[in-house]
Amino acid sequence: MTINIDKHGTGPVLDIEHLKVTFATDAGDVYAVKDVSLEVNPGEVVAIVGESGSGKTVTAKTILGLLPETAISSGAVLINGNNVISVSPSKLRQIRGRDVAMVFQEPSTALNPVFTVGWQIAEGIRAHAGGTGKRVSAKEAKVRAIEALRKVGIPDPENRVDYYPHQFSGGQKQRVVIAAALALNPGLIVADEPTTALDVTVQAEILQLLRDLRDKYGTSIVLITHNMGVVADLADRVVVMYQGDVVEEAPAKVLFAEPKQEYTRKLLAAVPHLGRNSASQGMTTRAHQDRKVLVEAKGLTIEYPGRLGSPSFKAVDGVSFTLSEGEVFGLVGESGSGKTTIGRAIAGLNRTTGGSLKVLGYEMLNLKERTFKPLRKDIGFVFQDPAASFNPQLTIGDCVAEPLIIHSNPTPAQARKRVGELLESVQLPASYADRFPHELSGGQRQRASLARALILNPKLLIADEPTSALDVSVQAVVLELFKDIQQEFGFAALFISHDLAVVDILSHWVGVLYKGKLVEQGLGTQVMGAPQHDYTRKLIASLPVPDPDEQAKRREANRSLLAG
Amino acid sequence: MSTPTTVEPTADPRASLFRRLPVISHFNKSVGLQRGMLVAGLILTGAFVLTAIFAPLLAPYGYSQLSDADGNFPAQQEPGGKHLLGTTVGGYDVLSRVIWGTQTAIMVIVVAVLMSIFIGVILGLVSGYIGGWLDRILVVIADAIYAFPSLLVAIVMAIVISGGQSSLLGGVTAAAISITVVFIPQYFRVIRAETIRLKAEPFVESAKVVGASNIRIMTRHIYKNATRTLPLIFTLNASEAILTLAGLGFLGFGIEPSSAAEWGFDLKQALADTTSGIWWTGVFPGLAMVLTVVGLTLMGESINDLNDPRLRGRKKAASGKGGPDSPAGAQAALETEARLP
Repeated sequence: MTINIDKHGTGPVLDIEHLKVTFATDAGDVYAVKDVSLEVNPGEVVAIVGESGSGKTVTAKTILGLLPETAISSGAVLINGNNVISVSPSKLRQIRGRDVAMVFQEPSTALNPVFTVGWQIAEGIRAHAGGTGKRVSAKEAKVRAIEALRKVGIPDPENRVDYYPHQFSGGQKQRVVIAAALALNPGLIVADEPTTALDVTVQAEILQLLRDLRDKYGTSIVLITHNMGVVADLADRVVVMYQGDVVEEAPAKVLFAEPKQEYTRKLLAAVPHLGRNSASQGMTTRAHQDRKVLVEAKGLTIEYPGRLGSPSFKAVDGVSFTLSEGEVFGLVGESGSGKTTIGRAIAGLNRTTGGSLKVLGYEMLNLKERTFKPLRKDIGFVFQDPAASFNPQLTIGDCVAEPLIIHSNPTPAQARKRVGELLESVQLPASYADRFPHELSGGQRQRASLARALILNPKLLIADEPTSALDVSVQAVVLELFKDIQQEFGFAALFISHDLAVVDILSHWVGVLYKGKLVEQGLGTQVMGAPQHDYTRKLIASLPVPDPDEQAKRREANRSLLAG
Repeated sequence: MSTPTTVEPTADPRASLFRRLPVISHFNKSVGLQRGMLVAGLILTGAFVLTAIFAPLLAPYGYSQLSDADGNFPAQQEPGGKHLLGTTVGGYDVLSRVIWGTQTAIMVIVVAVLMSIFIGVILGLVSGYIGGWLDRILVVIADAIYAFPSLLVAIVMAIVISGGQSSLLGGVTAAAISITVVFIPQYFRVIRAETIRLKAEPFVESAKVVGASNIRIMTRHIYKNATRTLPLIFTLNASEAILTLAGLGFLGFGIEPSSAAEWGFDLKQALADTTSGIWWTGVFPGLAMVLTVVGLTLMGESINDLNDPRLRGRKKAASGKGGPDSPAGAQAALETEARLP
């Protein structure tokens, strides 16, 4: 196995010096990266962490020379002595793939759906054969593609090399993307949020794969991520970025143990940590059972009709649970587990197809919009993406007042007053009512979204992944606010999330969904602390905790569980 | 990072109304060649519109005038003297016909495009939002109209509406309605596609969850968001409307020369002149058509490019300048930029 780097000794694989990137936009120049210097040594995993807008992705793209035309960069990005910023396009093409390769965030869009994965891996191999003077035959390229697939742990690579991307699962697709990056044995891999689009159990596998690559082949990795758990699990050294600048740089263990900068400390404190700050702390029995039951599901089944000839798909399969007044029910599951479908069914956005679902006493099977409409004022809904859940043409005030106008026909002055009150209770200035959604930050929009859901004082609130589109420090603030408001208003809430730690912070009672079935439910502390079902155990074991030492121990302890 | 939003940062909604007007906001954000194209388009279109408005002042004679105080106009007179662009075989003054022709053209554009926008937008909204059988039937009809050559449909419509010949008003409405019929499917398709996309947007679902009625969702939430591409189709269709009108006139389904000036009709009359070396009767109405269409198309195309952040040119970022002074708006714009492939 030859590695294409470092023919001259032990210099760094990547050396970034005083990198500056400026974008020309309609609103003038934007300084995305102000002054970044960092080094990556052979066999080292360097994580660049930061929130959105910190410039971490722009830095990663600069390493491969992938910036758009509107960007101007200065400084130096040295890979094997070549400055990526100033080399000619043909030289840059040689560097890409051979010296440095990229793993993208979303594996399903990084692969071309009309070519076999073998072809796509071989494409890089054949593209780089020209430089050495001899062509690589299709046969030889395929052999090397098979080898690359074997390296990333795809079973039966001889056959699967001829598969198309849609025949692989999400995690396997990411493995294929990594195999394509590895095909030419580059010394450096830039991984831009490689696990963000994946489920937590799959994420654990991909992280293990990246670790193996480093250990077996000495590949250096630049890991771009916002997830502190991933950093703690994989990184040797961490670079924290904030608004285009490097705030702090330290070995991972040191950074997590003794963060020096204020910003780093705040960032780390905001990361939810499983088992700390649980809402059900100290509880022994389920609370609020003496109150009225608001939602009752008995053997609830929701099917999506299949295409012609294929059977229908059961998104929710025989789920039973109850939700009483004043209670917060946390629903956890991975993508495709049916958690969002249940939330949408309760709000009348999806139809149920079997069993029974009673919402505020109304049977949702054979729902009639006309008879259900009066009940809608008692149900609030908070959507996942705060940017998309507001009409961009209306002001925040108009959006928040919308439920009020539909159900009670107030005068404009009354509506305005009520909107002001609500905005203030979600800690936004009442003057924000005149702003347009795009003038607010993500966290502010999500708070406004909460205000809209609460304006009619509903008995039931459904929150579908309300914080997953937010940065971690913003998430912490919104979660805190949610908790306070829930106690103040006393509504019942169904809190849907894929993040166990987040669910645990808010929910008294937690249900775990797996492939449409509710496999376990119980008090938050019980489910997280002493999981009964195998799947719950695996889920909890896969979740990386933001502490390198603890995470290393967990990884060892859970190795058998994760392998299974 | 978060999922890509569909909301692109447009001009600040609270900037002065004047600066937010379609063409003006586009002018402000254009640079280089794109600005040149836009300006050329604006000048040509502006000249066209001004000529139409001031036709009575600009034209030396009426569109159907055959004589003045000095007696009858000579037929097929060369450009120069009393008749700057010469006269036609029937004795009409070419310059006056060309100038008056802008009025007819603009009337047809306004009536045709407005009618097709109204009907197309309403049908598109309803069809896209309600879906089901109504949607399927409307789509089939729209496709069927697409399948006809547009000029053929226009001819059939002209015959049905006015028997092929008529006065100014009748001629203009006939031409306009026939163009409308051809254009409705375009607006219908665009609005329907946008409506279907918007129907799945969380903000529409959130309106559904709070119990908003279908009409309220369509008018308040979808309508405004779906019609943002209309100025573009408007300019492109306007030029097509002129060509269709000219085609009708050329084939003899246009407006009688005694009712209004019409470039297509004049071209048809000039057809026989070309062989005898009389060029001015054909060249000038043709040139008027070409310039108008080029102007409208340049404007439409550059607006199209400017609406798309990926095609829009920008002033290069000043690389030497130091110091971060990026406002929040610029940061948001950057995030959108960064998400683009």
